[in-house]
Amino acid sequence: MLTKRIIPCLDIKDGRTVKGTNFVALRDAGDPVELAATYAEAGADELVFLDISATHEGRTTLIDLVKKVGAVINIPFSVGGGINSKEIVYDILQSGADKVSVNSSAIARPALIEEISTAFGVQCVIVAIDAKCVDGQWMVHTHGGRKNVGLDLFEWAQQAESRGAGEILFTSMDHDGTKDGYALEALQKLNDLVNIPVIASGGAGKKEDFLDVLNGNIAQAALAASVFHYQEIKIPELKRYLSDNGISIRI
Amino acid sequence: MIAIIDYNAGNTRSVINALQRLGANPVLTADPAVILSADKVILPGVGHAATAMEALHERNLVDTIKAVKVPFLGVCLGMQIMLEFSEEGDVACLGLVTGTVTKFKSETEKIPHMGWNTVIPTDDALMKGIDDHAYFYFVHSYYVPKDQYTIAETSYILPFCAAMRKDHYWGVQFHPEKSASVGEKLLQNFLNI
Repeated sequence: MLTKRIIPCLDIKDGRTVKGTNFVALRDAGDPVELAATYAEAGADELVFLDISATHEGRTTLIDLVKKVGAVINIPFSVGGGINSKEIVYDILQSGADKVSVNSSAIARPALIEEISTAFGVQCVIVAIDAKCVDGQWMVHTHGGRKNVGLDLFEWAQQAESRGAGEILFTSMDHDGTKDGYALEALQKLNDLVNIPVIASGGAGKKEDFLDVLNGNIAQAALAASVFHYQEIKIPELKRYLSDNGISIRI
Repeated sequence: MIAIIDYNAGNTRSVINALQRLGANPVLTADPAVILSADKVILPGVGHAATAMEALHERNLVDTIKAVKVPFLGVCLGMQIMLEFSEEGDVACLGLVTGTVTKFKSETEKIPHMGWNTVIPTDDALMKGIDDHAYFYFVHSYYVPKDQYTIAETSYILPFCAAMRKDHYWGVQFHPEKSASVGEKLLQNFLNI
């Protein structure tokens, strides 16, 4: 039986792991290669690397990092952040990553999704969407949540699917950093609308939050960062808890 | 020497990394002479069947693959194109094994089939020591139907072929190079054949 996935997310800046609370304050949470290997060993099903470097030097460091991670870990991982051409995707995949995630670049130029999926297959394209609820409507945001781009979350997700996205990674900006649980209602609606897997992101604080989001058909995977980085939740215990509560999970 | 066939398939780096972790000496090559002198040959692959076949034809590798006499392993798309035909791009494939690669169809289940799923192995050298219901990592929208060559099966939407063998040609639908320690065990089994 296909299992639900637990995905630690590593935010990377200039080759180091960082994690913001509500995308603003950044704290250092360690060496990414070591952290990735630790997660793979602990039973993470997949890893997500998100590069928030703004500089060209930071990007070069990222490729080196992908090579180092790929040499060490034996589970799938994706890389995102500033990916805006299929040439960059080629470099990242050739360096050992399995997937890329695109976000604001795809909003600026939706054909990017088709270009990547046509060249490398739908399985390697995650369309990441950051959204928050504005006057009752889930609106897509960029720039760490500061810019409302005027797109409806659900319409954009459906468009991304039709353009060749293999997965949707939805982060609720309203929930991110709150540790108060995932955006269950929005996720449920999203998951019903698209026929590709949905990764839930934003709001994980305790084991019960993972159970709530992985129960039933709300999401196929749950992503979290700080609760794992600071070992507030340990992956083997989390997976045992989920399995004991009837979730299909790899142990 | 293990030859990894180089035809711009996306996951070659991952396959090389995994083999190097096992202490093997993989060589990425599109040279027929190197491929035909290898002890083992691996055909990796992610992406699109028609694109993959076009790339093999461009490099004149179809006849080379058919001439391989040593243990051969196709991975994911690399396994699918070992069949006669794929519905992905409606393309004629290598024809090493009979059958047609078929698209998953479901009103209720997500496609692609993506993530870790259980595999039920049979008694084959490639599956030696792999537990019943061991977890492997899958990513695919097309599948190989179960038939007489199936040596392991998995269920998603329907039971399908997770691994196959005909003579010295093996194929796996999942990604052993991304399937943690159990995937490494399978690759080690292939190296041991």
